[in-house]
Amino acid sequence: MMDELRELYQEVILDHGKNPRNFRHPDDANREAKGENPMCGDRFMVYLKLKDGVVEDVAFQGRGCAISTASASMMTEVVKGKTEAEAKALFETFHDLCTKDDHDHGDHGPVDEDAMERLMVLSGVRQFPVRVKCATLAWHAMNAAIEGEDKASSE
Amino acid sequence: MDTQITLPTFDVERVRADFPILSRTVHERKGKPGKPLVYLDSAASAQKPRQVIDAMTRFLEEDYSNIHRGVHFLSQTATDQFEEARRKVARFLNAPSERNIVFTRSATEAVNLVAHSYGRTFLSEGDEIIVSVMEHHANIVPWQLLQMDKGIRIRVVPVDEHGVLDLNAYEDLLSDRTKLVAMTHCSNVLGTVTPAKLIARMAHERGVPVLFDGSQAAVHGVVDVQDIDADFYIMTGHKLYGPTGTGVLYGKYDLLKKMPPYQGGGDMIESVSFEGTTFKAPPARFEAGTPAITEVIGLGVALDYMESLGREAIAAHEHDLLQYATQQLSQIDGLRVYGTAPGKGPIISFTLEGVHPHDLGTIVDQYGVAVRVGRHCAEPLMERFGVGATARASFALYNTRAEADALVESVIAVKEFFGA
Ligand SMILES: Cc1ncc(COP(=O)(O)O)c(C=O)c1O
Repeated sequence: MMDELRELYQEVILDHGKNPRNFRHPDDANREAKGENPMCGDRFMVYLKLKDGVVEDVAFQGRGCAISTASASMMTEVVKGKTEAEAKALFETFHDLCTKDDHDHGDHGPVDEDAMERLMVLSGVRQFPVRVKCATLAWHAMNAAIEGEDKASSE
Repeated sequence: MDTQITLPTFDVERVRADFPILSRTVHERKGKPGKPLVYLDSAASAQKPRQVIDAMTRFLEEDYSNIHRGVHFLSQTATDQFEEARRKVARFLNAPSERNIVFTRSATEAVNLVAHSYGRTFLSEGDEIIVSVMEHHANIVPWQLLQMDKGIRIRVVPVDEHGVLDLNAYEDLLSDRTKLVAMTHCSNVLGTVTPAKLIARMAHERGVPVLFDGSQAAVHGVVDVQDIDADFYIMTGHKLYGPTGTGVLYGKYDLLKKMPPYQGGGDMIESVSFEGTTFKAPPARFEAGTPAITEVIGLGVALDYMESLGREAIAAHEHDLLQYATQQLSQIDGLRVYGTAPGKGPIISFTLEGVHPHDLGTIVDQYGVAVRVGRHCAEPLMERFGVGATARASFALYNTRAEADALVESVIAVKEFFGA
């Protein structure tokens, strides 16, 4: 198998893709937003429980490819417990990770470095531009939910 | 030794030599050679033979000019070639005359033309249009726009689990309210070829005209619009080995004559004054503005190319590939083919258990195998089969059994990769 593929589909991704974490609809969610990729039909709902500006719970449901599912799953793990501002900073930084060379990454305020370290496994999508949308789909939905919208605006 | 009867053979290697792009490799990387291209996405758009590329280059280098407008030498030469392409399209479809052939930019534009011009003139609130569940969005959304405008209803003929059109349901849907049937002649997802002649006859018994979306059907078989008795028939040039920017609307002349213009501009008018403008007769009436001159001429050459190989020979070759590839793919555990209608076109939509089509597409691409993944502009059909997406391999006149093998091997690699 080619190196590029191994890099895209790292074990962690395959694992999260097959066994997504927080794949559920929490009863007490107070925000939700849909993320949809019209090209491939991937569709996720991201649910948040926001309280006093903190993401107390985050989960998702829907169907998607290994990349989008893994990314959604990992997102729920790293975003939980963050403030809205921290979650948004993670979104922006992660977006850069997927789309830009290292030296072009912007400053989006303080981010959880450990979380970013974990999300590094998804940076392989940079070599596969058509898959960037997969990796960022649930994140866009999460960001929309924080902003009180019900749908991620398609870029 | 018995004397051998030599059947006319389809020499696919010679055909491939006509397509420059097929000799390229993909994914070359530092120090690593690329993979030979295995192009199985012709249902999205077909590659172009050298004959088409050369004819367009030659036209641009030697004869190019605007058409229908000049008294000068080049304008007449260009006009002659453009109009010759119209005759070629008419012959390709066995239309009674080139007057029946309207050039558009695409199949999409051709449907919109009919929806706009015919639909807005002859349909009104409460009228119904019948489509099938396997339409491409190009044959759904223009009717929905008409629906918003006119309050018409769209009725949908279902398919069975093989993807065969439910003719009983079609019969039941036909009524006094039906004012148009707009149906695919070959599904771009399932490959199902619909019984066009029968569909037309059943509609005509009620005096209802029928439009066929032949975007796929015209590529894979011989289409005779008079035999079918189609009222409108639509094709798109880029799937017929011709250039983009070319679409065809065939229409019965009586219908075309009754229809008002679709767009206004130059070339479609008889005279213009602010007191009133008069329009040319069809097809010119529907060809406002400067068309894709070079491309239309290229399309004519593409149709010549198909005729030179023999359209029945092409269909036979593609059918062999379809059967072979279906058989080989079906041996893969967990692989499911969508669309198993008898007599279908060379299009195989499939899913692999435990692997999303998008991941499959990325991985087989690394092996040089180009397939389409997604919803194929046919969301209602995806819903019908309860899948979010499929992978689709489509075969064209230049594909080989070896390429079918390459597809199968790459799918097996996907399976191993995901441990599916
Ligand atoms: C069945 C069918 N109809 C219509 C179209 C639309 O063709 P175009 O995009 O060239 O207008 C396509 C191609 O995508 C098709 O497969």
